[in-house]
Amino acid sequence: MSWLKFFRGKQEETPQTASQAKERLQIVLAHERISRKGEDFLPKLQKEIVELVAKHVAIDAGRVNVSLERGGDLSTLAIAVELPGPEQAQRAS
Amino acid sequence: MAQVIVVTSGKGGVGKTTSSAAVATGLAQAGKKTVVIDFDVGLRNLDLIMGVERRVVFDIVNVISGEAKLNQALIRDKRVDTLSILPASQTRDKDALTKEGVKGVIEELSKDFDYILCDSPAGIEKGALLALYFADQAIVVTNPEVSSVRDSDRILGVLQSKSRRAEEKRDPVKEHLLVTRYDPARVERGEMLKLDDIQDILRIPLLGVIPESESVLKASNTGNPVILDGESQAGQAYKDAVSRFLGEDRPMRFIEAEKKGFLSRLFGGRAA
Repeated sequence: MSWLKFFRGKQEETPQTASQAKERLQIVLAHERISRKGEDFLPKLQKEIVELVAKHVAIDAGRVNVSLERGGDLSTLAIAVELPGPEQAQRAS
Repeated sequence: MAQVIVVTSGKGGVGKTTSSAAVATGLAQAGKKTVVIDFDVGLRNLDLIMGVERRVVFDIVNVISGEAKLNQALIRDKRVDTLSILPASQTRDKDALTKEGVKGVIEELSKDFDYILCDSPAGIEKGALLALYFADQAIVVTNPEVSSVRDSDRILGVLQSKSRRAEEKRDPVKEHLLVTRYDPARVERGEMLKLDDIQDILRIPLLGVIPESESVLKASNTGNPVILDGESQAGQAYKDAVSRFLGEDRPMRFIEAEKKGFLSRLFGGRAA
């Protein structure tokens, strides 16, 4: 801080972290308030998807990943299912 | 019938016990017969904050298990004669509390007291659930900080679904927001959540704002609830909050930063 600033009583420029706090809280609470009403559907969803895919393709249940990215206006649900490659499938048969 | 008030927050360390002690003392000073119960079994601290730690003989667990009568366990405050304290057990664990046991204690206290304050432990486990179960009103203590606001929101959800009033589908628990450790100077610099922001997010009526103050630590050092320190801003803010609780209209104080002059900047004045 320069002497001039000190005498004028100016604060050093700091990023307004409080507004980030508010924004983050608003987003996370909007989601938590909704999920409070129902049970957490993700584990069930994951299980059902694995069962459905397994009907058609031989997959390893451990190689399924469900992730949720919560946003303000938009949330994305990403489901990654690792399918066995042709070599692996051949070896299995 | 007594009003049962839970002082709760979800998060630990935000000032539940400090606030319980202050509000209970304030209600008693207003002439209301008040008892404050420590629900933090295993981690009792209300006795220290109230300055009665050397007078604890029996506790709530002794009463529930029938080892002591309720009036043997109640400690009469020596400063305010309408105030009593029911301590928590220090040696037992939280499973020593049962819903039926707590119900019996509250029903018996209801005959003699106007207000029963329940100082909740942190968390949303059994002790916290029992502290809020019988509540008619809730004082939700919140710091201007993300984890505290989130946990307050969570505990509001619990009040609305797991309290006896919710289970019996009666009128909901009346909720009050008490913001503590508020630092107007940091708010002004954009470093701390504003009061308006907290209210905007939690959306419950504001009971009071307690400024960050050195007097709170001094009060706990000596075992005198901070509301008895009429000189301090925190003490005055608690007094205002109690008056509002009793229906009086009081403007919010200590929510604007004090303008510092050249000398106090130079010598670093601190809040009383």
